[in-house]
Amino acid sequence: MSAATVFGLCAAVAVGLGLYGLIVNPQPLRKILAFNLLGSGVFLFFGVVARRGAAAGFGGDPVPQALVITGIVVAFSATALAVALLLRLFQATNSATLRADAPASAGNDPTGA
Amino acid sequence: MPHSAPGLDAVTTMGGFLLVLSLVVPVAGVLVAFVAGGRHVERVAFATMPLGFAIAVAILIALWRTGGPLAYLLGGWTPPLGVALRADGLSAVMMMTTAVVICAVGVFAHVDFRTPPGSVEARAPFAFWILLLGIWGALNTVFLGGDLFTLYVALELVTFAAVPLVCLDGRAETLQAALRYLLFALLGSALYLVGTALLYGAYGTLDIVLLSHRVHAEPATLVAAALMTVGLLAKTALFPLHLWLPPAHAGAPAAASAVLSALVVKGSFFIVVRLWFDVMPGLPGFAAAQLLAAFGAAAIVFGSVIALRQERLKLVIAYSTLAQIGYLFLMFPLAFDPGSASLQSGGALTGGMLQAISHATAKAAMFMAAGLIYAGLGQDRIAGLAGVGRALPMSVLAFALGGVALIGVPPSGAYLAKELLLQAAVEAKQWWWTVVIQAGGIFTSSYVLVVLAHALLPAGEPVRLRVAVPLYQEAAALALALCSLLLGLVPWEAFLPVPRSIPSYPLALEALANALWPILAGGLLAIVLGRWGPQLMHIPFGKVLVAIVGPARRTVLALGGMLEQVDGMLRQWPAAGLSLLVLAILFGAVMLAAR
Repeated sequence: MSAATVFGLCAAVAVGLGLYGLIVNPQPLRKILAFNLLGSGVFLFFGVVARRGAAAGFGGDPVPQALVITGIVVAFSATALAVALLLRLFQATNSATLRADAPASAGNDPTGA
Repeated sequence: MPHSAPGLDAVTTMGGFLLVLSLVVPVAGVLVAFVAGGRHVERVAFATMPLGFAIAVAILIALWRTGGPLAYLLGGWTPPLGVALRADGLSAVMMMTTAVVICAVGVFAHVDFRTPPGSVEARAPFAFWILLLGIWGALNTVFLGGDLFTLYVALELVTFAAVPLVCLDGRAETLQAALRYLLFALLGSALYLVGTALLYGAYGTLDIVLLSHRVHAEPATLVAAALMTVGLLAKTALFPLHLWLPPAHAGAPAAASAVLSALVVKGSFFIVVRLWFDVMPGLPGFAAAQLLAAFGAAAIVFGSVIALRQERLKLVIAYSTLAQIGYLFLMFPLAFDPGSASLQSGGALTGGMLQAISHATAKAAMFMAAGLIYAGLGQDRIAGLAGVGRALPMSVLAFALGGVALIGVPPSGAYLAKELLLQAAVEAKQWWWTVVIQAGGIFTSSYVLVVLAHALLPAGEPVRLRVAVPLYQEAAALALALCSLLLGLVPWEAFLPVPRSIPSYPLALEALANALWPILAGGLLAIVLGRWGPQLMHIPFGKVLVAIVGPARRTVLALGGMLEQVDGMLRQWPAAGLSLLVLAILFGAVMLAAR
């Protein structure tokens, strides 16, 4: 088994765990953490792609590495935004849940204008 | 279509700098507004809007004069190494639509998000104007991006700008809606990103034109296609992945709802179109296209029936968006050509894009009108709309014209779209989509009629408006609605692939008659399924009507109740997450089986 295969399997496990957590965990903070795990798995997968595509004596194809850097920036900003929203939600309601989502309650008093 | 001339893909064409300008101007607006702060934010936004609008017009003209796609290579590097911006007809018309809607929303939002002299700088106006420009820049990137990773970044930018718009007023419900939206969208974009990694691993490029020459039906490619498609569907809120849409679109302020519903969902939809028509037209195959449209059909039925059962106007419009998103996906099987076993850019594609454009303009107008009605009455319960037709005639007219345009009455864009789709269905010998297309029109007219019937009822006493509604706000909504209603008269063949036998003469009597019967059928459906309060007794023959349709109504209402329960279950987070996985597996399996 080559190193790329091992890391590929690791990436798959991380993606699977992340997906599981994102879908099953009811707490938003855990969902955010699960999203980060999922993202790490995807980035690792990009690393595997870079390694497999490497040619002519390079240690790795640089393009996927550039993509991963961008991806990490995007994931970081997404996490920051999600945590900020979660904090505001907690300040407003003293609880952090995504449960009560009946659309009737989702805006009994929208500002409308 | 656009990428047919290979020579054009590797060079910067004349007018290519316009593409860069269309990205730079809104982003520069964001940066300047951010630094200037306070009252200047709005000024910067209003200075940017005409500029952005002019650039969109210039791109349309340049495209029309050169007759081919515009391209710009960033830094002069050619695609496998560099990144290209490309504008074909699809991008140009979508950019123009975006410019029109954003400018109208800007005019509309001036009242709600201004900072009058002497007042303290508030956070909501500051955020609104910056986010509006941010969405504009991000959407232009979506329409121009020439490789799949640029599209990923652009898609994330759209989401990051759209999520805070949902919770501008900071109420707990909207914060919750925003968080749900963000988390589900992130799940979708993670799937998309896995797909790009697979494609890069297989072909060593993510450039759309290069990929379209290289892709072939390997398992890795098909899995990538399935993951990317489903990820994008989650962001587009196609049934059953719509858990985030109704609370987010109904809870946001009116100006924000208009942008979210008209433009933001079109961004991810546009990338689905790019993926299926430009990157891999030969790969998805007949069955996958049928499957995609089947979810569209389900969206039409669920969205419309649940829209009919809502008590609040904004939720009716939000669920209507759900149904109209379903309508957009009907073009995929109709574009399938069995001879070459690939999706053809022809009449069906034009029909789908026209539907997207008509929906963008009409839905923005309807959300604005609903916002004005809410501001005027202080509430937007449908049962309490009586008399508003007299108090706010222009707003109600804007809502009505937007609704009529959506139903597909000539000469609206939706009418042309419907004709093109019906024609494609006949040519492709797929009669079942004819049924769905017609049913979509009937459903649309039913919920529009329910709202209008309530709004036009006479009130017991004259309605007293809570606040005066400025004329130009109503004019902005009305202008957009008129725009949607007249879209059928635009010479689309310059930009979109329109078949020769295009249904012209949209003003002919026959066309009008054809457009009338869905409205009548919709009226019947509205009587049977709509929410009717005791006001029904006030209209002539109301009691007779109740006696006649009573039994039928009870049965249909029970069915509607069942659909609503199913919808409630599907909008639970675990159910939606599982649907996402199931959809990915389904699409993958169907594509692999067709290989």
